Amino acid sequence: MYLATTGRTDAPPRTPGAGRRVPGTVLALGAVSLVTDVSSEMVTAVLPLYLVLGLGLSPLQFGFLDGMFNGATALVRLLGGRLADRGGRHKRVAGAGYLLSALSRLGLLLAGGATAGIAAALAADRLGKGIRTAPRDALISLSGPPETLGRSFGVHRAMDTTGALLGPLAAFAVLRATTDAYDAVFVVSFCTGLLGVLLLAVYVPPASETVRVPVTPRPRTAFRDPAFRRIFYATALLGAATIGDSFLYLLLQRGLDLPTALFPLLPLGPAAGYLLLAVPVGRIADRTGRRLPFLLGHAALLGAYALLFAPLAWPTAVAVLVLLGIFYAATDGVLMALAGPLLPARGRAGGLAVLQTGQALARLLGAAGFGAAWTLWGQRPALWTAALALAGALLAAWRVLPATVSEAS
Amino acid sequence: MKAAQRHLRLAVVVIAVLLLAGGSLGYVLHARHRERPPQQADADGSFGLDEPGLYFRDPATGRVARLPARGAPRVGGGPSCDRFYAAGERALCLRKLPGLPARTRALVLDRRLREVRGVTVPGIPNRARVSASGNLLSWTAFAVGDSYATSGFSTRTSVLDLRTGYLIKSIEGIPLTVDGARYHAPDVNYWGVTFARDDNRFYATVSSRGRTHLVEGDLRNWSAKALRENVECPSLSPDNTRIAFKKKVSGDPRAPWRLYVLDLAGMREHPLAERHSVDDQAAWLDDSTLGYALPGRGGRASDIWSVPADGTGEPRLVVPGGSSPVAVR
Repeated sequence: MYLATTGRTDAPPRTPGAGRRVPGTVLALGAVSLVTDVSSEMVTAVLPLYLVLGLGLSPLQFGFLDGMFNGATALVRLLGGRLADRGGRHKRVAGAGYLLSALSRLGLLLAGGATAGIAAALAADRLGKGIRTAPRDALISLSGPPETLGRSFGVHRAMDTTGALLGPLAAFAVLRATTDAYDAVFVVSFCTGLLGVLLLAVYVPPASETVRVPVTPRPRTAFRDPAFRRIFYATALLGAATIGDSFLYLLLQRGLDLPTALFPLLPLGPAAGYLLLAVPVGRIADRTGRRLPFLLGHAALLGAYALLFAPLAWPTAVAVLVLLGIFYAATDGVLMALAGPLLPARGRAGGLAVLQTGQALARLLGAAGFGAAWTLWGQRPALWTAALALAGALLAAWRVLPATVSEAS
Repeated sequence: MKAAQRHLRLAVVVIAVLLLAGGSLGYVLHARHRERPPQQADADGSFGLDEPGLYFRDPATGRVARLPARGAPRVGGGPSCDRFYAAGERALCLRKLPGLPARTRALVLDRRLREVRGVTVPGIPNRARVSASGNLLSWTAFAVGDSYATSGFSTRTSVLDLRTGYLIKSIEGIPLTVDGARYHAPDVNYWGVTFARDDNRFYATVSSRGRTHLVEGDLRNWSAKALRENVECPSLSPDNTRIAFKKKVSGDPRAPWRLYVLDLAGMREHPLAERHSVDDQAAWLDDSTLGYALPGRGGRASDIWSVPADGTGEPRLVVPGGSSPVAVR
């Protein structure tokens, strides 16, 4: 069954073959994300080593530096969305974010051992990350017809994840070649980051070229739209019932008595699953509507929780990692594809930023709540609570999420 | 026009890729060949623990050096270590292995600083201690949160008994009693072990739920009990009556700790004259003096200071440019 009925009259009749092409903008943005993620994950992989061993910071100080700006990113993201919407400056705002992150590597290099300099560089990086996300996702969602958005986001996220997987490998290679010269990692990361900015500048057309941004005197805010509101509430509810990946990995590691050296490798499982499934799940979402995959993705997460109640063995652990991969593939890009078309082109970046920020904050809350439940009640009761909460949230989301998504006109 | 534009774009990108790749490669090659202290050097044949003095890590070379007596020049030539300690017949040298993920090589050395045994554990080297006899060794490594997971740190403390050769990779599993009751929590972390003279009892820090405790452990009975709150990195005096430790006195992450000494007989503590925040497991230079590292002045990575253990006097700069102090007799 091929359901691409959106009521658009200007779209030409589509042949199945024509549906395979992904807009050039999406491929370009995917390439930008890939290169940028190589750059940023390189630094993330070596930063704790550099700060603690190279500079002699205590873990407490490192944790402080690292956590200091996490709260601020949420606000910056909203700001980035609003800036992009004003006059359709998506490309410029996103580019500024990418550039800021790339320059922050240079800051790390120049800061030497000065803690204040390092803090400033990390702040610049987080600022850049916060600013660019919403305009970038808005660009993707504006780059093609709404009925192919699931696949577009799938392609973008798959490329993004590829970069995230390659980054630590690149850092490893540089450290290997230079016997732990952290400055060389920063330089390579800076060059890679600049390349990302350049790709954006050269190959990504501004939003106004991809779609004609209708000139409305005052764009209505996203929250006026009842369908968007429903999506926001469902997302926040589901986010608050998520326990956080690190807890899942910790449960697996404890259950299997895994050597700590292997612990960092656990997240590679879901990342690989995400990478492989992002595109097919996006295509499925385009055909069936994004509501169902989004809900099923969370059901996969619930399945992962349920598996953790069973005595752990290797097959269950693998199944948990696979389910986590499915969860990400079926929810991350799919959510953007679900909400994007609801938002008017002029308010899209801002609306997506609101949605992403709400989800991030809800997840933060969920992870903190699970951590507290674990320490207060112990592992199994905490897991029971999490599973019941997620089941409840899933039921609620089933009712709350709009069944048919109509396009914003 | 369109084709020309496409060609131009491609040319720009190709040139940029070449420039950026060339720059990266050039810097990597430069970093590869520039002068840097070796990370894996062994001790020179003439450098051993026979000479009494203050042994420490020299950050300029990354190798262990010795200060024979006050006023005498330092003698270099020890092994490359990130953390060093020695007592009795043995020395313990923690060395970070190059590359990712972070791994630590714990080298057990004899008095000539030749390798007796080596253990590789995951994480960043942090604390090292040897019992007075040299029979028991303990080290702590920070496990690094990987980039994919959250970036929290956790510690892993190992104990090696050279009499039996038995290695406890992590003492996390030791049955722990807090306030008279068995304590269970997923987040217990131990660090900074110090051994008593009997080669059985030890003291360490345990942290859980955001609090730190001083624990007294018993290796033979394999049990541990919490004695007191807010004690980190204990260091037992040579006469086994007092414990020097760092106490968290401030929420300011730039200066959270002060050095204290706890009298084990009366369980009374007093602050030392050092007013700076000390993030180190202090070492007893003798029964009345403590040595410890502080962030260095004048661009040095760290300096070694000493301060009287009874709370009087003033801190004194002992070694400009040094860390991991240990007095060898």
